[in-house]
Amino acid sequence: MNPNDEVSTSSTSVWPLWEVFVRSSRGLSHVHAGSLHAPDAAMALRNARDLYTRRNEGVSIWVVPADAIAASDPDAKGSFFESPQGKDYRHATYYTKSEGVKHL
Amino acid sequence: MASQNLQPVPEALSPEDQERAAQLEAEGQAYFDRVMSDDSRIEPKDWMPAAYRKTLLRQISQHAHSEIIGMQPEANWISRAPSLKRKAILMAKVQDEAGHGLYLYSAAETLGQSRDKMMDDLIAGKARYSSIFNYPALTWADMGAIGWLVDGAAICNQVPLCRASFGPYGRAMVRICKEESFHQRQGFEILLELSNGTPAQKQMAQDAVNRWYAPALMMFGPPDDDSPNSKQSMAWNIKRFSNDELRSRFVGMMVEQVRVLGLTLPDSEVRFNEETKKWEHGPLDWEEFKEVLAGRGPCNAQRLERRREAHDDGAWVRVAAAAYAEKQLAKQARKHAEKEYAA
Repeated sequence: MNPNDEVSTSSTSVWPLWEVFVRSSRGLSHVHAGSLHAPDAAMALRNARDLYTRRNEGVSIWVVPADAIAASDPDAKGSFFESPQGKDYRHATYYTKSEGVKHL
Repeated sequence: MASQNLQPVPEALSPEDQERAAQLEAEGQAYFDRVMSDDSRIEPKDWMPAAYRKTLLRQISQHAHSEIIGMQPEANWISRAPSLKRKAILMAKVQDEAGHGLYLYSAAETLGQSRDKMMDDLIAGKARYSSIFNYPALTWADMGAIGWLVDGAAICNQVPLCRASFGPYGRAMVRICKEESFHQRQGFEILLELSNGTPAQKQMAQDAVNRWYAPALMMFGPPDDDSPNSKQSMAWNIKRFSNDELRSRFVGMMVEQVRVLGLTLPDSEVRFNEETKKWEHGPLDWEEFKEVLAGRGPCNAQRLERRREAHDDGAWVRVAAAAYAEKQLAKQARKHAEKEYAA
């Protein structure tokens, strides 16, 4: 291998983007904290620890390659989330006749 | 999520496609306008006007660069901090600033700019950063004055930015503001201790406040009538208050706090205007501000040179980390292939 090839792959531009999720304390879910660049998962975890938990903000970290996340299409906002529209009966607040009845 | 693709407009469009593109643009603008009038948030994959994207990219990347360059005046004092405790505090603060730079670079990346491009622009001297970091930190008391005045002004500026209309920017600012309050308090404490120390120490504290006061006031940017971009930024809910409004508020806070320090502000014209209900201050040297911003301040060359050095010194680490990652990947692939073969 040409030594120049090695240098060309060393730039941070080939370091993938990772999304960082932090569990702030036991019993809670991991929540998205931010993102960072790192060459591999182990480095991403260490960087995430230094970047997002400098003040005991977490007891557990997940790092996920950003390109592994499938996201809903922002242009389809309306249609994609249409199904719950107009279905108020899925909420307890829809049922008003029981108001004033205890423990209900 | 941070990944975001800019949508390049193809050069030659058929009339139907042109019509369709115009329609999408109009729909996007209508959605964007609704978000603005609802004071809601724009997220990276939403349609946004090109000028909005450009303004944000400029502001967020400059903000990130400021955090990165801002490590230097204080890092220079780590080895000379007067006690182990102060050394540890200063290191934590400088580490925070690196972190703030990284949060902000991430936010800027969601607008479609690569981090490498931003780093390269900074190193090449093409990018701007806050003019305040081009002033030298001459004595230990400067660590106090920087924390109290410079971080104080930054907080004043940044708290309203937590509500900036661009989601990733606002979220980065929330995190940053939480961490900044320790920065200002530790600076205040340094000044308070010096002020209660020997006459020479008190003089050193006063001297640092004298030197940092005017540059800190100028951190809020040019006066409103000389700040052409402010109006648009306020219409876009990026900026919530004008430069002069924030500066006036800051002066009011400092007037109170400087009394506790037993020091004075180097400004005989500070007063509360009963009519406008605003704090006023003496004239600032905006020519100096422009000179420093244009790269002709006391430390511009030194700051950029140091940034370049640090980037070059770190090159071998980046090479090694990338090589190791590649090796691990190859190893995994080999193991996987062997397993497949065995099965």
